[in-house]
Amino acid sequence: MLEILECATLASVQDLGRYGLRRLGIGHAGAMDTLALKAGNLLLQNEENAAAIEVALGSISMRFERDTPFCLTGAVYQADLDGESVHSYWRYTARAGQTLRLIRAVHGMYGYVCVHGGLDVAEVLGARSTDLKAAFGGHQGRNLKAGDRIALGGSACEMQRIGIAPIPFTNRIHALPSSEYTAFTRNAHYRFWQNPWTLQSDSNRMGYRFGGSVLNKVKEIEMLSHAVQFGTVQVPPSGQPIVLMADTQTTGGYPKIATVVAADLGHLAQIRFGSKVFFQIATPQEAAKLKRHNEAYLHQIGVIAKKK
Amino acid sequence: MMIEINNISENALCCTLPPPAELSKQQRWWAFADSLQALPEIAEVVVGMNNVTAFTHYGTDLITLSGSLKEIWERTQAGHHQGRHVDIPVVYGGEFGEDLAEVAAFHGITTAEVIARHTAPTYTVFMMGFQPGFPYLGGLPENLHTPRRAVPRASVPAGSVGIGGAQTGMYPFASPGGWQIIGRTFAPLFQAAAMPPTLLNAGDTVRFVVERIEK
Repeated sequence: MLEILECATLASVQDLGRYGLRRLGIGHAGAMDTLALKAGNLLLQNEENAAAIEVALGSISMRFERDTPFCLTGAVYQADLDGESVHSYWRYTARAGQTLRLIRAVHGMYGYVCVHGGLDVAEVLGARSTDLKAAFGGHQGRNLKAGDRIALGGSACEMQRIGIAPIPFTNRIHALPSSEYTAFTRNAHYRFWQNPWTLQSDSNRMGYRFGGSVLNKVKEIEMLSHAVQFGTVQVPPSGQPIVLMADTQTTGGYPKIATVVAADLGHLAQIRFGSKVFFQIATPQEAAKLKRHNEAYLHQIGVIAKKK
Repeated sequence: MMIEINNISENALCCTLPPPAELSKQQRWWAFADSLQALPEIAEVVVGMNNVTAFTHYGTDLITLSGSLKEIWERTQAGHHQGRHVDIPVVYGGEFGEDLAEVAAFHGITTAEVIARHTAPTYTVFMMGFQPGFPYLGGLPENLHTPRRAVPRASVPAGSVGIGGAQTGMYPFASPGGWQIIGRTFAPLFQAAAMPPTLLNAGDTVRFVVERIEK
């Protein structure tokens, strides 16, 4: 068991998300930074999809009730295990009774506490992710709080301490033009790709709202409801783009200027409130190349983790 | 009637027809969605209003797939889709339907007449979306079309039955909402532990039936 001793932030159980039920309105949920979650799981010799605790920015502490290999990935946290510093992207083994404290994120936004064997919460509708809006999945369908006890999937064991190269964050986010791209003015295209966009503080797991210049359309278009996805950049009448994130609803009605490429969604998730991003136009070939680059990185982690 | 196909991302194609959304077109979309679901390169299909989005497995050549989708569309006939019929019991008015009197006043009719008009038609689920188990229903009588509230509520309770413009429906979960709330249902619109987890699916038909009227 893993016991949450204190939780002063949003923390929830997430895996790679729920697929196949969007036609019923059931969303994807899942980790905001899937690359970081996969990296952590591979470092622990888990399946890529094993469930972990996703922690947003603030502090959480938890006690391991048995010897448990673990690692922190994603946001770089100031953290310690019974007072000894814990570094992100390193694999440690906590002894039974030890307390892991994540104090605050010093770089990035979403951190992952991955454990050997994954978190053993029940799979609901094909995933262990928490759907916070519909309140199911993960640990009781909600954010974690002090006193929660979560079962560990693996068995008590020890793993050698090793570290891997962290994923370098970037604020240059590649995106592909989407279906209503030509409904926007040339000036809007120029602004979208050339101007910086500041992440607004009312952003969350559902959507990242950006402030900057205004994106005008050639003429107003009335859209009927259609599917949207993690990465869709929609532009409501205010002209300020919103990127739909892991907890996106399944359908929407605003025009879509672009879609962030899958490979860069993790980078986008790590942007902090008030920070800037630059959207960079990509081709489908570039999107595929970025994805292969990520896969090669993950493959290397898998190889290193298995050797040790 | 040829569909237009657009890339909306590296793994999704959206197929659309010119507006408006109509039941006959939507019936063809449902059948089309069912055919796509069977293709090996397709991961998920989402029916929208007068459109269908196909999510593919990564690495699928979208240009080739787009050609196949057009061929499948041409072969797809409307009307083969057999939905279920579901009655939704509703408690109208009182604390469960705070805007019932306002809707009646807007149309210059009694609250009883609003309820009579709302329960008369057989509605069709055009699509599911927004929230788990949330249906987009077609068939609200024109003499019940009512503007949304000027100021949306921060939260409407789960089960709320409302009218927003030309639409009616119910919220499976508490949610911010601008619709005029006329009643509430306690029907299980979404149950995570059930299979299927939602009471409704695209193509189903729905009637609202009076469970109780509150003063």
